[in-house]
Amino acid sequence: MSVVTTQTTAAAAQLDRPPRRRRGKATSYRLSFGHWWWALPAVVLVIVTIYVTTAFGAFYAFTDWSGIGKWNWVGLENFQKIFKNPEMLGSLKNTLILAFGFLVLSNVIGLGFALALNRGLKSRYVLRTLVFMPVVIAPIAVSYIWKFVFAYDGPLNQTLALLGLEQYQQDWLAEPTLALAAILIVMVWQSIGFAMVIYLAGLATVPQEIEEAAALDGAGPIRRFFSVVWYQIQPSIAIATTLSLIQGLRVFDQVMALTAGGPAGATQTLATQVYQQTFQFGNFGFGAALALMLSLLILVFTVAQQRLTRDRD
Amino acid sequence: MFRYTKLTLLREVITILAAIALLVPFYLLIVTSLKTGEQVLTTSSLSWPQPPTTENFQFLLSPDSTGSEQVFQGLLASALITAGAIVGLIALGAPAAYVFARSTSRWSSRTFYLFLIAIILPTQLGVLPLYTGARRLGLLGSPWGMAFIYVGLLMPLSVFLYSNFFRRLPHEYEESAAIDGASKTRIFVSIVFPLMGPATGTVAILAGLIVWNDFFTPLIFLNGSDWATLPVVIYNYVGSLISQWNLIFAIVLISMVPILVLYFFAQKKFIQGYAGGLKG
Repeated sequence: MSVVTTQTTAAAAQLDRPPRRRRGKATSYRLSFGHWWWALPAVVLVIVTIYVTTAFGAFYAFTDWSGIGKWNWVGLENFQKIFKNPEMLGSLKNTLILAFGFLVLSNVIGLGFALALNRGLKSRYVLRTLVFMPVVIAPIAVSYIWKFVFAYDGPLNQTLALLGLEQYQQDWLAEPTLALAAILIVMVWQSIGFAMVIYLAGLATVPQEIEEAAALDGAGPIRRFFSVVWYQIQPSIAIATTLSLIQGLRVFDQVMALTAGGPAGATQTLATQVYQQTFQFGNFGFGAALALMLSLLILVFTVAQQRLTRDRD
Repeated sequence: MFRYTKLTLLREVITILAAIALLVPFYLLIVTSLKTGEQVLTTSSLSWPQPPTTENFQFLLSPDSTGSEQVFQGLLASALITAGAIVGLIALGAPAAYVFARSTSRWSSRTFYLFLIAIILPTQLGVLPLYTGARRLGLLGSPWGMAFIYVGLLMPLSVFLYSNFFRRLPHEYEESAAIDGASKTRIFVSIVFPLMGPATGTVAILAGLIVWNDFFTPLIFLNGSDWATLPVVIYNYVGSLISQWNLIFAIVLISMVPILVLYFFAQKKFIQGYAGGLKG
């Protein structure tokens, strides 16, 4: 929608051009809405803190800079190192697993809650508030609560013992696959409410009459969902999946708090590698190469997803 | 048509149970923060503390205890940086978005694209040169430097949210004020900006939450300084405690309280802010 409005403004600008040439009453009155230089501080700030820095970051990626002193242009050497290093490839794999797992689970569960709480239930307003609550809390704080849940003497193992399932007790964060699953659970748990709110906004646009008509024609709830609602909430699906994919690819806080990338680097992601390589080991060039890879990954997936979801319309 | 039947009741019960299951971690957080270190080790994690104790909170918050200095400094840093960033985003974002929404010139819509693209652009890459730049300028570890960086990084969001609201504002208010002889500045400050209360609220809530909860940026820019924000303080503090969950959970709870209080007072605004901010 934003793109549409911008295009409309651009079109309006085109149409308005002839009258603007002749300096008359109309011009002075249109210009009375603000001075152009009011936008200057924001524009300069964005160019400096976002565009210039991103360009410099991309440049670092092709150097061997250590953060201080001299640097050499090394071409693609950093990227060759990434693709030859099993730990870096592991981080890439973990990032993709977490991002796609997060995309699927948070959207499916969030949509489930949205459908349940859309209308009809008496407790829906209270429940919406409660389900959304984790979204507003710092991910690092949430991660520490869950670290306790997964601790060896924590609630999860205690509950298993209570149910007589001692054989399933684990040191959940010490085993690579389980630790990755634990990180995924924490990410999903915190974002269910976020997906739910986007889907609720989408469901609110579904005309009740159409659903009722389908029901009168004998369509059950499942049929109604896939034949009617599904098409109406396409824009919500596009937004929610794109945002969760971006969020998933950038996963950092949960990994730092739950496993710190361990055991033995098995749960590292691209974002934690960027941090470690750059700010702990002082490999600015190599860290920038990783960051460039992560950024390209985010851009490519965002664009691809926009294409995919748009084609379905 | 959609009457409240027995099936609806069943659906209601199942949904309530699912929501309760979802909130178990909060229950654990509260009960564990009210236990002594010994109770944590000897009782079930799910049990209510017998008797509940506030000694963890006293330990963390009473001025003469060892932990409190970090907690208070963290709270202060978080509050200052969040407030500074919000003020900057409103003061610079609102007039900029107003110009973009009202100007019909070609450069204005082109410049606006600059902001739209910046929203999609991943920040990871820019943070590294931002760090070296801030280091050169001596902005590392400074709360104002941090707030300044947030204002830059979140400006596209602020301008985007504001311009959505400004576009929907009819021109008539400004026209009649202009006819009455009000200056451009006067029109914006006394008429347009006050009408933009909902937009300002949305920007403040979204940007405020992002800054307050952010961990990555302050970890890089503020760690080791006196101005580390709460997420970094928690991270360092937990690192120094080995599985003292009662204390860990008390500090986690303290960091959440300001946000949760605000959330329950203005939950509609929060949820609308998220949904509305994304609809654009």
